[in-house]
Amino acid sequence: MKILLNNNPEEFNSTQLTVNELLRNKNFTFKMLVIKINGILVKKADYETAMISDGDEVHVLHLISGG
Amino acid sequence: MTFEEIKCRLAGKTVGIAGCGGLGSNCAVALARVGTGKLIIADFDTVSESNLNRQYYFIDQIGMKKVAALAENIARINPEVKVIGHDLRLTPGNLPVIFDGCDVIVEAFDLADQKEMLIETILTAMPAIPLVIGLGMAGWGMNDVIHCRKDGNLYICGDEISEIGPELPPISPRVGMVANMQANVVVELLLNSEVAR
Repeated sequence: MKILLNNNPEEFNSTQLTVNELLRNKNFTFKMLVIKINGILVKKADYETAMISDGDEVHVLHLISGG
Repeated sequence: MTFEEIKCRLAGKTVGIAGCGGLGSNCAVALARVGTGKLIIADFDTVSESNLNRQYYFIDQIGMKKVAALAENIARINPEVKVIGHDLRLTPGNLPVIFDGCDVIVEAFDLADQKEMLIETILTAMPAIPLVIGLGMAGWGMNDVIHCRKDGNLYICGDEISEIGPELPPISPRVGMVANMQANVVVELLLNSEVAR
């Protein structure tokens, strides 16, 4: 499947991925994240079940301390 | 638009600021100077000496609650600004209540897990209100990587990579840049909303 991840085109062998699978695949190791699929926020509790499919626009924001 | 026109438009607006530290205190002062009608500020913390290298407080305010000290400073700059101060820790439960009625909300927390909590809460409970966050402002120099980008109703100000640490502390110039960038985005949103009408 082909998706946009943070506005960059990405391709995966699977037809679907859970959010957790995507994070593992891309080695996103930051603990504090804000994730949106097609503009909708995915809550942390749903990372194991929320599905990403072909054509989706995914935004992953890494939160860091400071302010 | 003349400054009088700007002042007039901003006088009817309300901005919520979550956190009164390096980002929040500087952002609040910038918004007060231009005449934002109402500022709703929230922080549980107290002014300490180590804050003074970046936060908008004074030596004689050490020991004061930040919301009280900031309200005092704003009153000395622009007494027409109405400041509502909440001396408490913001939570998913009280956020929508405290920031009810805000035209824009500014995220000015220091800890990443608190930033995550606030962003998730506001995007879920108050999705129509623009949220301007501060992300990555530690250290010095590196001027050209500080930016603002928009993601739906979320506006991200900072460099998104410089996390604070013992060898990379947050200090006034760079923190002030991001805080003022947040204030600049807020003013743009508030003035544009007038135009959209």
